[in-house]
Amino acid sequence: MDDRPENKEPDKQKESSAKTSTGVSRRDFLKISGVTAAVPLVNQASALAVADEARELGPGKVPVTLNVNGKKLNAQMEPRVTLLDALRDQFELTGAKRVCDRGTCGACTVLMDGKAVYSCSVLAIDAQGQAITTVEGLGEPGKLHPIQQAFVDNDAQQCGFCTPGFVMATKAMLDQHPHPTPEQVKQLLGGNFCRCGTYAGMRAAVAQAAKNTKGA
Amino acid sequence: MADETRYNWPAAEQRTLIGKRISRVDGPDKVSGKAKYTYDVHRPGMLFGKVVRCPHAHAKVVSVDTSAAEKMPGVVAVYVVQGPDSEIHWAGDDIVVVAAVDESKAADAARAVKVKYDVLPHFVDDFKKPENVAEDKGPLDEDGLISMFRNQVPEQQMIDRINQRGVSFKVDKEMVDQLKQNRVSDQMIAALQAAKYREEGGQSESPYRKEAAISKGDPDAAFKEAEVTSEGVYGCPVITHCCLESHGSIAEWQDSQHLFVHLSTQNVSGVSTEYAQALKIPAGNVHVHQDHIGGGFGSKFGADRWGVYTAEVSKKAGGKPVRVMLERAPELEVAGARPSAYARVKVGAKKDGTLLGWESESWGTGGPGGGGAPPMPYVVNIPNQRKQHVAVLTNIGPARAWRAPNHPQGCLITMSALDDMAAKLNMDPVQLLLKNIQLTAPPDDKYGRANTYKDELMIASDLIGWKQNWHPRGEGGSGPVKRGLGVAIHTWGGRGHASECAITIHPEGSVDIKMGTQDLGVGTRTAILIVAGDTLGLPINQMQLYIGDNQYPRSGGSGGSTTIGGISSSTRRAAVDARDQLFAKVAGALNAKPEELEAVGGSIRVKGTPSRSMSWKDACARLGTQPIQALGKNPGPGDLISSGVGGAVMADVSVDTETGVVKMNKMVTVQDCGLVINLKTAESQVYGAMIMGIASTLYEEKVMDPTTGTMLNPNMDFYRLAGIGDVGELVVHMMTGKGYDERGPIGLGEPPTVGPMAAIANAVANAVGVRVPFMPITPNRVVAALNSANGGSHAGV
Repeated sequence: MDDRPENKEPDKQKESSAKTSTGVSRRDFLKISGVTAAVPLVNQASALAVADEARELGPGKVPVTLNVNGKKLNAQMEPRVTLLDALRDQFELTGAKRVCDRGTCGACTVLMDGKAVYSCSVLAIDAQGQAITTVEGLGEPGKLHPIQQAFVDNDAQQCGFCTPGFVMATKAMLDQHPHPTPEQVKQLLGGNFCRCGTYAGMRAAVAQAAKNTKGA
Repeated sequence: MADETRYNWPAAEQRTLIGKRISRVDGPDKVSGKAKYTYDVHRPGMLFGKVVRCPHAHAKVVSVDTSAAEKMPGVVAVYVVQGPDSEIHWAGDDIVVVAAVDESKAADAARAVKVKYDVLPHFVDDFKKPENVAEDKGPLDEDGLISMFRNQVPEQQMIDRINQRGVSFKVDKEMVDQLKQNRVSDQMIAALQAAKYREEGGQSESPYRKEAAISKGDPDAAFKEAEVTSEGVYGCPVITHCCLESHGSIAEWQDSQHLFVHLSTQNVSGVSTEYAQALKIPAGNVHVHQDHIGGGFGSKFGADRWGVYTAEVSKKAGGKPVRVMLERAPELEVAGARPSAYARVKVGAKKDGTLLGWESESWGTGGPGGGGAPPMPYVVNIPNQRKQHVAVLTNIGPARAWRAPNHPQGCLITMSALDDMAAKLNMDPVQLLLKNIQLTAPPDDKYGRANTYKDELMIASDLIGWKQNWHPRGEGGSGPVKRGLGVAIHTWGGRGHASECAITIHPEGSVDIKMGTQDLGVGTRTAILIVAGDTLGLPINQMQLYIGDNQYPRSGGSGGSTTIGGISSSTRRAAVDARDQLFAKVAGALNAKPEELEAVGGSIRVKGTPSRSMSWKDACARLGTQPIQALGKNPGPGDLISSGVGGAVMADVSVDTETGVVKMNKMVTVQDCGLVINLKTAESQVYGAMIMGIASTLYEEKVMDPTTGTMLNPNMDFYRLAGIGDVGELVVHMMTGKGYDERGPIGLGEPPTVGPMAAIANAVANAVGVRVPFMPITPNRVVAALNSANGGSHAGV
């Protein structure tokens, strides 16, 4: 029943560089320790290894440069800050939303070098040097991207809190599969959740966008 | 022009915007990340709040030591929310809030706070059937009173009970006014006013509160007369709201007496009173603002304890803005839950399907307060009834209104019981409903509800192919995957909340509309502009709309499906008054009387003589320097809205009898809601309600650990919502036109959320041949039901 989309896999090379020997990424470790401190999911040694590895970058603020929507953005931040929180709190790019904050719901989806990632599960320092596209970079009112326009036309949103994540996941999907089958839509948008229940509109929006972005 | 009929909704052929399919006006902002939600607001110098929460389900706070936290770098203020001797009734309750310069510093400091607890016994089991429960002799509380109204307890029984037990609430003027508004009889109000006031308490230690039995007709005779009886146990657990934007706010003090809050709220105009009372400042000094809200579903009406302590910790931080948004775990643990409901039901009928008797013993929890009984039998008002409800008091966490409070539960239990009766009678369940359709007419029915249900059932049957695809229970094919169909019908009230709309027409032609309402994603902004545009003859992008601020004219909270009724009628009245003022100004120039004019397509013209016209801009130019201002109110003159809707839901599922996995093939909802303002967003509301229904049927449950009393799945991995691949084909049919439009707009937020759970549960029973009695219908429950000879077992029954 795991319908995590294949295109949500962060770049393999980056993934391995962000992982400890236990296979738990630093971000995961931070999450785990924050949520259930009493559960020894990682042993002491790997926890220390994380601290060692991170020493050169912290524990205080370090300069971070992100390439977002074609612009270089600089800020000082602690190494533990996620890409999502950096975008939202440092650069006021609040399109990506913080909902589950642990890589489940997809509301924080952005593109990193063209691939959809959960920005809540990527550290900002690890996102340096990669081209990041947020929903703000796709289009704006008056100049909407065909995918955004399709979401508007087909009312594929209600409260709209999940919408930026779905728009970006749709972008990543259509970039790889310009004419997705219903099964592909189910799989590739299965890593995002909507609470208001806008999936009927979304399916229609994907169909319209697939038609209008053909060859683009 | 004092005639009230001038406010009436335009006739079908005159509507230019009302009832059409119009894209929501804030759509472009939402798809581009430009829409700012409370969570997105960054105030200058904003501090970040983190909260220390109680890990125990029931405990007394012994001591709180914040000294280490206060000394940590970046920490600006620490505020103790619940200090020593506070009794905590659910895990995750707020103890201390820390405000620091960034979020990680605040989190570090929160971890340094030391709290000691005296852990007390807890109780989180609402599933076990309460046994040997003594009748509640304590005073009647408000929940108990509302529950009696909802269950239509005969008036004399209610009055006797009020006399015997007394009440635990003050019957003040406000309450009497409310009762009168709800058409409660003078006799009942007199009984309440004369009732003895008794402090709550003195109740036993038992977690069960038994309400007095309710009976109607002669149930004993009915069951004696019945040729067939059917019995079963049904129910659904506590589920959460799981708003994607969690609860929270940013609070700042402009001076020691003036508070400014950005709040994620369904109640922009109404929430200031709560702040004012808690913070001891005048309500007029509380400025509330919200542009967009990421879901509410009934859980965001109040300032909440966290709203108030955000203001308190801001005060301690010298008034600096402090943001406290709940993290996902507390959002699921403490910020809203729908009460559970379980019932053992017996139904009696004649062989031809005529329903005679209903007997139910129900129970459920709404957290520490217990919660009321769901309405049963739901919609189908079986003439002879005996009902007994037990409220279970638990440490699960507080309940909040969840779309159509108590209706999905009552509908599931009733429609499951009727479906089981139909199976026993060897009858098509749609035929059973049609056979008893006259029982669906509410008291003082003005609109022929039974006929509406009949029409809706017929249309739904066509849309899902009921005749071709339905089969008797259990005959779902020979392979391991069985297909089945299920049906349910539902209802809701509606009407409109109090609302004020201010419209200004400026001499240069622009139009401003202001209203202290909120758009929960249901299309409220778009609806206001549609009504104003239709009335003024203007396109919707030619008007400026301002909502989401309590400095604008007051409008009600968005609950109970009362928003569309409230905001559409206040807007209509304001727009008609503004338009007629403009007509009066320009009539002379067009050589006509004001009442001979109409506003169409951006011009003012003489009815029947379109050549005698002037553009909107030219008309406004005749205002000189003085703009036109009109304030429309609901309630107000004219009869614009009504109440009471119905709907029919049908589900088509496939169930893998080897794995127990249920797959949605198709679901159909046929729904009436009076005059539809925007067909596009109205349909979206119904689609959304169906999908929420699928999630609550197949996935959702607030799972409590009996040992620790804490929630086991406070995250979105294990508190699972429905994904895009889980919902199957969805079809919505709105009942519009003659017979519906004349009723005016009626809210849609609640009704279509009610039926899906029952329709899907019935489809599963139809497919696999046995009832899966409890939600969510997980694979293990399907397999267990198939393995059990009697179609499922219940630990307590």
